[in-house]
Amino acid sequence: MLKVYATELRSRLLLGTSRYPSPAVLTEAVKAARAEVVTVSLRRESSGERAGQGFWGIIRELGVRVLPNTAGCHSVKEALTTAQMAREVFGTSWIKLEVIGEDDTLQPDVFGLVEAARILSADGFDVFPYTTEDLVVADRLLEAGCRVLMPWGAPIGSGRGLNNLFGLQALRAHFPDVPLIIDAGIGVPSHAAQAMELGFDAVLINTAVAQASHPALMAAAFAQALEAGRAAHLAGPMEPRDMAAPSTPAIGKAFLG
Amino acid sequence: MRVTVIGAGVAGLACAVELAERGVAVEVLERAAQLGSSCCSWYAGGMLAPWCELQGTEPLIARLGSESIGWWRERFAGTTVNGSLVITHGRDTAQLAQFGRRTERFEALGPQAIAALEPDLAGRFNTALFFEDEGHLDPRAALAALGRRLEELAMPIRYGVEASPAAVADGHVIDCTGLAARAVLSDLRGVKGEMLLLRLRDVTLSRPIRVLHPRVPVYVVPRGDGLFMVGATMIESDEPTRVSARSMLELLSAAYALHPAFGEAEIVEIGTGVRPAFPDNLPRIRRYGRTLYVNGLYRHGFLLAPALARMAAEIVLHDRHFPEVTDEDPRERRLA
Repeated sequence: MLKVYATELRSRLLLGTSRYPSPAVLTEAVKAARAEVVTVSLRRESSGERAGQGFWGIIRELGVRVLPNTAGCHSVKEALTTAQMAREVFGTSWIKLEVIGEDDTLQPDVFGLVEAARILSADGFDVFPYTTEDLVVADRLLEAGCRVLMPWGAPIGSGRGLNNLFGLQALRAHFPDVPLIIDAGIGVPSHAAQAMELGFDAVLINTAVAQASHPALMAAAFAQALEAGRAAHLAGPMEPRDMAAPSTPAIGKAFLG
Repeated sequence: MRVTVIGAGVAGLACAVELAERGVAVEVLERAAQLGSSCCSWYAGGMLAPWCELQGTEPLIARLGSESIGWWRERFAGTTVNGSLVITHGRDTAQLAQFGRRTERFEALGPQAIAALEPDLAGRFNTALFFEDEGHLDPRAALAALGRRLEELAMPIRYGVEASPAAVADGHVIDCTGLAARAVLSDLRGVKGEMLLLRLRDVTLSRPIRVLHPRVPVYVVPRGDGLFMVGATMIESDEPTRVSARSMLELLSAAYALHPAFGEAEIVEIGTGVRPAFPDNLPRIRRYGRTLYVNGLYRHGFLLAPALARMAAEIVLHDRHFPEVTDEDPRERRLA
């Protein structure tokens, strides 16, 4: 089981809740994914206290844990305000911290991220920071009080998979005991399976499911890919080799060097 | 037979006209003093685009919506059928390909064909999808036309009447009050939309243009006389008043990116309304005793009102049953 902060999770697939054709389709997708955690964006989905009651009601009825995010925040101050608001609205200390540094790529502002993570951790939040694969930033985030990291696979919504394989593998190797959840850029189930094979702990998907022609079917496909990838990781994958290696010796041929 | 329709938004007026034309004595009760901003239809885009809507909605919307073009043409002379054009900016072409995979009845156009259709967009876009059979209308003029049609049939709308189904003494009741019916339709929710009206003489468009964008899809609908409607945001919220700066930035940026001349446009109006929607964003006709609730038209008011009005009339007059808009039946999902 995956343990994030004090919570144990059976499912390693986290789902975002934005941009589905309808809340009913979202509900089907969450069920098909057997997700236990969904992220919700306070800023983009709603405003004010009473507003958005209908949508929040549907989210609550899913019976899953809510991980509110600070999507759309460009400064530390905005992120802190949104986090406080999320704690009130959803009654959870969990916060997926996003501080956007570049509007076009939605790349995280890692400097603001570390600062906001420090303040929120000191304030009793369980911070899930959306970060890059940068090792130094990861180290600073842990120092700031984070116990989980959410490195990107590729820019948000790009569907490009694991862009910097080397960097992500280095991150995994450097922090073997920290839950690492791939947060953004996953396009198809094979990307998610690859992340799990590399030993990442979980994957967060939004666009790839929400914008599929059949979101619930895609959610189920991701769930299977995650299971396969996780099992492969536990099973110990073979190392790739440069040459074809027959499992029985090729009789009558000299050994190739 | 006598039918009382509560609510003079597009759903209510379409139901009233449909019944009145079939010889039923109809009375429309509207709580506002006139047709206007109290209903979300006032802020609609007025696109009659059933095949574009196949992107991101259930096939039911296209099926019901395809009735709308003929219905409006017969009743509102301002209904235009020039098709709709779907475009995207250079690096988002993957969006256009995906849009094409999920929709039907369109033609892919290159730069010359785009320029031939919309000369003012010449040289600005390399590819587009053209949905030739789709139409558009000015929602406010269309609502007024339905109001006049009822007057012609000697059944004028009664304004300034706060009514509820229980308060209606006799006959059938069709409740088309949108979110106001939430006390009865508890699974109804609000999805806020913000829109802009711009005036600009330098650009002429003949049809709605949809600009695809991975995060902020926007459309621009020509209303004639240099007027353009730019819409619309979709925010899970019941709050009808507040318009955010971000939303305006998004809408204006999209218009500016469509044509830089929009930078000089006059802002005529900033509007916001809340669309009533059920959890699957599909419409419903629900019957409780003698009252029919026609609701949940979401962002498809003008597209769906004709089909729903037809069904409501047939339920009232002939006791017909339409499983696709009631709850007991499985929805027409892509995935059964």
